[in-house]
Amino acid sequence: MNFLNNLDRRWIFLAMALCVGVPILVIGLTGYTFPETPTPLAEAFFDEVDVAGEAKGRRANVLLAFDFDPASAGELNPMAVSLVHQCAQKGHRMYFISLWPVGPQMIMDAVNKVIKVHYPEMVYGEDYVNLGFKAGNEQVIKVMGVDLTTEFRTDVEGTTLSQIPMMSGITNLEDFDLIAEISAGYPGSKEWVLYASTQFNIPLVSGMTGVQAPQLYPYFPNQLKGLLGAIKGAAEYEYLVNQWVRLDKLTGILEQAGLPPGEAGPLAAEFAASPDQVSTWTVSAAASTLSPEAKAALIEAATEPIPGEYLEGQRRMGPQLFAHLLMVFLIILGNVIFFAQRRRGGGS
Amino acid sequence: MQILTRLIPLLITGIAGLVMIVSAFIPYTSEWGKIAGQFFNILAAFAFVLGGGNLLKVHLKKISDQGAGWGYSGVVLVCFLVTLFVGLFKIGTYPNPSYPDVHFSGETQGTGSGFWWAYEYVFKPLTATMFSILAFYVASAAFRAFRAKNFEAILLLGTAFIILLGSVSAGVFLTDWIPNAGPFGDLRLENLRIYIMQVFNTAGTRAIMIGIALGIASTSLKIMLGIDRSFLGSGD
Amino acid sequence: MPRIELRNPLAWILGALFAAFACSTSAPASAPPQPPTELSARDKPWDGGGVIFLEWTASTTPLDQLQGYEVLARELGVTAAELADQTERAADAAAERETESLLEGEGIAPEDADQQARLEVRADPVAVPVEQPEWKSIAIVPAGQTDYEATGLEKDRSYEFAIRAIGADKSLSAPSASSPPVVPEAAWFNLSKLPLLVALVLISAAVLVFVVLARGGMVMKIRTIAGLKAVDEAVGRATEMGRSILYINGIQDMDDLQTVAGVTVLGRVAKTAAEYDAKIEVPTSRSLVMTASRETVHASYFSAGRPDAYNPDLIYYVTDEQFGFVAYVSGMMTREKPAACFYMGSFFAESLILAETGNSVGAIQIAGTANPSQLPFFVAACDYTLIGEEFFAASAYLSGQPDQLGSLKGQDVGKILAGLFILVGVVLATIQAISGSTGLEEAVRFLKDVILGS
Repeated sequence: MNFLNNLDRRWIFLAMALCVGVPILVIGLTGYTFPETPTPLAEAFFDEVDVAGEAKGRRANVLLAFDFDPASAGELNPMAVSLVHQCAQKGHRMYFISLWPVGPQMIMDAVNKVIKVHYPEMVYGEDYVNLGFKAGNEQVIKVMGVDLTTEFRTDVEGTTLSQIPMMSGITNLEDFDLIAEISAGYPGSKEWVLYASTQFNIPLVSGMTGVQAPQLYPYFPNQLKGLLGAIKGAAEYEYLVNQWVRLDKLTGILEQAGLPPGEAGPLAAEFAASPDQVSTWTVSAAASTLSPEAKAALIEAATEPIPGEYLEGQRRMGPQLFAHLLMVFLIILGNVIFFAQRRRGGGS
Repeated sequence: MQILTRLIPLLITGIAGLVMIVSAFIPYTSEWGKIAGQFFNILAAFAFVLGGGNLLKVHLKKISDQGAGWGYSGVVLVCFLVTLFVGLFKIGTYPNPSYPDVHFSGETQGTGSGFWWAYEYVFKPLTATMFSILAFYVASAAFRAFRAKNFEAILLLGTAFIILLGSVSAGVFLTDWIPNAGPFGDLRLENLRIYIMQVFNTAGTRAIMIGIALGIASTSLKIMLGIDRSFLGSGD
Repeated sequence: MPRIELRNPLAWILGALFAAFACSTSAPASAPPQPPTELSARDKPWDGGGVIFLEWTASTTPLDQLQGYEVLARELGVTAAELADQTERAADAAAERETESLLEGEGIAPEDADQQARLEVRADPVAVPVEQPEWKSIAIVPAGQTDYEATGLEKDRSYEFAIRAIGADKSLSAPSASSPPVVPEAAWFNLSKLPLLVALVLISAAVLVFVVLARGGMVMKIRTIAGLKAVDEAVGRATEMGRSILYINGIQDMDDLQTVAGVTVLGRVAKTAAEYDAKIEVPTSRSLVMTASRETVHASYFSAGRPDAYNPDLIYYVTDEQFGFVAYVSGMMTREKPAACFYMGSFFAESLILAETGNSVGAIQIAGTANPSQLPFFVAACDYTLIGEEFFAASAYLSGQPDQLGSLKGQDVGKILAGLFILVGVVLATIQAISGSTGLEEAVRFLKDVILGS
């Protein structure tokens, strides 16, 4: 008991290092992730991005504000990547900005991981644009509400906005169908709620660090249509996006092969739930109308492993789980020591 | 000297504060508030030079004194000067495609530039390392601070367990037997976590926020009216 | 998967008949709906500008066949003054062209040609080609709604509006007749902010009244704040141990009131340190904070009668970068092992790193911040923490001046007001939820949207 009472905190550090390090190694080697059950907050986030632009019956203009830095990238990057993933798959037009000086690097990182690798057909200036960082915190949001070109005259590469095709028709915040924001502090989610979503009534979804989330919960679901808190929120959202992307790809292949939408949708959902069924279905009579290429594409889409960058959130939940369990254990241990000492003190 | 060190700063404070208040209510003056804010930004920009000068002075003095750890000051100065040089002269940047012949048209932080390299391979890992230290400190602080000393502390402990377990798949595993759609679905740890955060935590935070807002209003008024002058080095 | 196959000729005929019937019944539904009429647009009075209120008469198409209305707007590129200016310039240019043709063709004197040309232009006024901007969809409102408040418009620009009805099958009606041009002007006072002004006046008046009363001799009591009471103890301990005092003003600039409050407390701590002859070190994250801190500490040493002991080099700038600053301060704490650490200002993720490092070197630690998310970390790792308003009250508490204490009393009036509003709001909303009264619903809406929304 004396050892525990005078426990050197470096033992705690070592235990934490093991609880974080070992799962990272094991997950890295095996690729195993823990199952995620999406909460309504993550589902609302996903749905809002999914339906963006539908109200106006057009391809959505989504403003993506990446207000974070490398320090919080470990917590926020997975949700940023998944957000770009969903927007790209959905075919939304993406307008990236940042109110943090190092935000443009975070944008580049997500663009390089998702668009450049998995959606090379997307054209810069037509499908996505990086408007870079603008100093001035919430003042920038206020001005953007009235006139976007006052704050952003060029994109991050110095090209004037008039030369960028997707900027035509974009004058202020009201020209966007959705604002999706990833925040690590000030300026961040709260400022976007106060000066964009409340003022101009534009749908806003936000992902944030765990420390910020409690302050933003009151804004859900009115001013904030969806909320992702920390790596847990990222993992839930990532799971939803990955499931939907696979389903969307399968549906697309089946529809292209000539199946009516009413039939392709449920079938794709069946395949997404149990990929093993695809190989047996493709050799059945029901698939006789499908070309061999379509069948091969279908099998590949159903069984291909999800790329690592789209699993970062779920992978990080492993270390998170063991770290939390360690915390619970430490708190219990601390109290055992406390009560043992008290009993001893009381006895003497 | 009293005019320069007391009266003028107090006048600037009072007038700028008044302009900010007026611009919030009278639309015609809304631009004045922005201008006052811009003045601060201009001052803050000049302050970078002041900061850089002070940094040089402090660390050069440490090197010259050769006290304990003076070598670190050398590292600071070398890193500072190299980063400044690389950034100011846009070392390694690629020119803007519109002006391929003009070296300075390139973006300072563009991929492949010296500044980008320093950011990507030095700054980013160092910052992430500092941030990740939090994981260790949170554990040691929890071990030391969470003690069931009284009833309130026991409540706090219980809440901490719900939040910690509800935030990971352990929560789902432990209360998976409660049907999510049933009448007791809200008692599942992951749902309980959200409920605690949305209701109890929000209520507590709002109470603190109201106190803070009033404190800010009262302090601002005292500063504007010159009742509290301690930030100018005078309070007695 | 079952499929309906039409192999039988009878089935073909029945199918064709069914299809023809379906087409005949669905034909009216696919016709576009009727446009709404009598669109009026007026500037919202007593606002900050940029808002136009629109009203229209509903489309004659039945409500169940409508999905909603689409509000269209276009900014008129030219204002009246600009239009007059353009017309004048166009007339001048036309007259010039006419003069040239007269000079070339008819060989008359230049003065006469100019006069004749101007007469001809006046007789046949020039139509200025004004480029009409495109209509833009600004909102979609439900079918039952016949008004809309267009926001985010530019204050000094002229706008036209039109409305289109959206059918149940998403077909669009022709646009309604456009509204007359209207300018969303700013009033001299923004009436929507009146409740905020009233609250500001009430709280400010309460603060000022109590300041005056305190100056007049009214005794003001303030409860003991443990964290501030411990300042002397902390400085005394540092003196006894012969170690330094570390003071951090947060990581924000002087435009953050928390930093100002931090500098204020620094003045008191520095004065006590000067009296005890303890060394106080102030690394700052912003150079303006460094300058302000130097002034404050200098004044404190002066008022303590020890101006000679003041060393400006102990108050220095480190870096603006959050974690760079933390790395420096943590390293310094580990090396120099200060006996007392003060964290007073705006802190973010660095709070726990600093406080735990301070704890590990055995320092007595006092923190104060108004960032609620960082309070738990300071509470867990520091000996004393000033929570939110306590931090702002620190200056008054430490100075003990009557007028400063009076301001705290005024703050309490604000708290009572806030409490009353919360109570009224909660009671109203609860009764409304139970009774379902529309009058009370309106009252709750007024409280939420008008009072709180101002």
